[in-house]
Amino acid sequence: MSDNKKSSILIVDDELIVRESLTKWFRQDGFRVEAAEHANAALKLMEKGPWDVVILDIKMPGMSGLELLKRLREIDRNAQVIMATAFASVESAVQALKDGAFDYVTKPIDPDHLSHLVSNALQQRKLEDENSILREHITEISGVNEIVGESPQMKRVIDLSLTVAQTDTTVMIRGESGTGKELIARTIHANSSRRYFPIITVNCGAVAETLLESELFGHERGAFTGAQYRRKGKFEMADGGTIFLDEIGTISPKMQIELLRVIETKQFTRVGGNDQISSDFRVICATNRNLESAIKEGLFREDLYYRLNVFSVLIPPLRERRMDIPMLAQFFLKKYSGIMNRTVTEISGDAMDMLVRYDWPGNVRELENVIERAMVLAQSSSIRAADLPFQNSTKLEMPKDDTLAAMERVHIESILDSNKWNITHAADILDIDRVTLYNKIAKYGLKKP
Amino acid sequence: MIAPIRLVPLLPMSSEFVSSFVHPLRSIFHTKIIVELPLNNVLNAVYDDSRLQYNSTQLIRELLKEFPSSSSKIIGITSVDLFVPVLTYVFGEAQLDGTAAVVSTYRLDNAVYGLEPDPILFFQRSLTEIVHELGHTYGLYHCKNQECAMHSSTAVEDIDLKSAMLCNDCTKQIGVSN
Repeated sequence: MSDNKKSSILIVDDELIVRESLTKWFRQDGFRVEAAEHANAALKLMEKGPWDVVILDIKMPGMSGLELLKRLREIDRNAQVIMATAFASVESAVQALKDGAFDYVTKPIDPDHLSHLVSNALQQRKLEDENSILREHITEISGVNEIVGESPQMKRVIDLSLTVAQTDTTVMIRGESGTGKELIARTIHANSSRRYFPIITVNCGAVAETLLESELFGHERGAFTGAQYRRKGKFEMADGGTIFLDEIGTISPKMQIELLRVIETKQFTRVGGNDQISSDFRVICATNRNLESAIKEGLFREDLYYRLNVFSVLIPPLRERRMDIPMLAQFFLKKYSGIMNRTVTEISGDAMDMLVRYDWPGNVRELENVIERAMVLAQSSSIRAADLPFQNSTKLEMPKDDTLAAMERVHIESILDSNKWNITHAADILDIDRVTLYNKIAKYGLKKP
Repeated sequence: MIAPIRLVPLLPMSSEFVSSFVHPLRSIFHTKIIVELPLNNVLNAVYDDSRLQYNSTQLIRELLKEFPSSSSKIIGITSVDLFVPVLTYVFGEAQLDGTAAVVSTYRLDNAVYGLEPDPILFFQRSLTEIVHELGHTYGLYHCKNQECAMHSSTAVEDIDLKSAMLCNDCTKQIGVSN
């Protein structure tokens, strides 16, 4: 059988004999072939696509081939369109090629030429599809090696991520804003068996409630005002790969029900459509909200919570892993040296002390911004304390001696301060019970400011 | 045994030349091969004045009128130049998994290209194209095997690269039994 068995050709021509003879010609080659007699029929058939090659007559009643060419290119930019005409003119040929046609032929067509033309068009289609896939892969892969951290807490996060990556389990990534939840999601995807398929990110908090349904499930043409063409949703785009639902805690109760159903059945319907679409995706979600409290308050469905929270990865805030700060700062210094083409190569001792002592409420993202800003301000090859924006901010007093007790005192005081002396929260972070924390407060003579 | 094959000379094609394909076709398809009496009038009905060629799709229709409800495969063999309206020429045309086919020997002759006539090569090309179009009537698509008669050929050079034989896959597919 032919190599072209699975390739598809759409023929658009108002002459029946042309449609019939080309259909027969290409079917014998094993192509999937459909024919349309006018532009409207062709646009309808485009919905049954994708079509690898379209053979399009230039002169047709109603919408001309040149107008239709533009519409087809809006629907599928990778479809290779061969314009055919019995009335060739230089103007129409130039216009067709300018508008993105693959080639232009005059009817009747030499069969040998047609055969080579279609073969070349298919090759072009294949290359463009491969190009699109490779671009997606580059996007996926970039950033995966940016996890920086040698603290025991981050090593544990990385270990957990690599372990869960080998499975198809749903993962919930938790952590404060700016801790790098998306980076962890990309790491899990890049190390999973789904890595050759896309990871599709949806920031649930950034999409208006009214648009989220269409964003996630896609829509059919005419589903709502402005829906001129069918559009794939994120779940459909994630087929074979991973869907990363960021800020999952922000979605409405109605969407929570929809989401639960789709995650359970892996099937959905596009907005305004009737067909059930299946997609094979893995779910990774992230939140900086306390979903347990949201459940108690009736804001988040308990069944969805358990469906999503099969495996949890908690990324600690930067203030709880200060030993990672110097390495992160150096990493961003190197990154922005390249981007800004500046020769700032080091961070002075004073500046580094300040970075390590600062509490980083915006976490790694804030640290990155601070380094970027400091590099703009730096007058020499070194970032100095004066280049940093938080001279009068919260500082962590370093202990005067190196004993474990002295370090413990400073650490407990720091956690209490950063949590406004909320004992329960501070005890949770320190992983000790409240009574123990009270005892340590008394032991070290700590006082609420 | 698969459906028998009826070879129909379309005048001015000679019956003698058409009869020379009986033996090789029998050895390829392992079925009964019948040479019909030449048809005299069908070509006139399908001549296109504007193109000075003969319409192969209409020719198949005319053949089917001559052999209504035939259970055999019917192939008309002609020496005139055939075309379908969207293409400049065709070597032949067939009903995919149907009854009838036509083959033109016009562009298989070296003389058309200003070369020395080569009767053996001409016979070989004609046989290959007859096998190719008959293959379509038995439901075969174009084959990726470059030596198989069912490999697509849009130029005479392509025909010379393949053989008149069907590959094992195509032979199996149409159920030829030795």
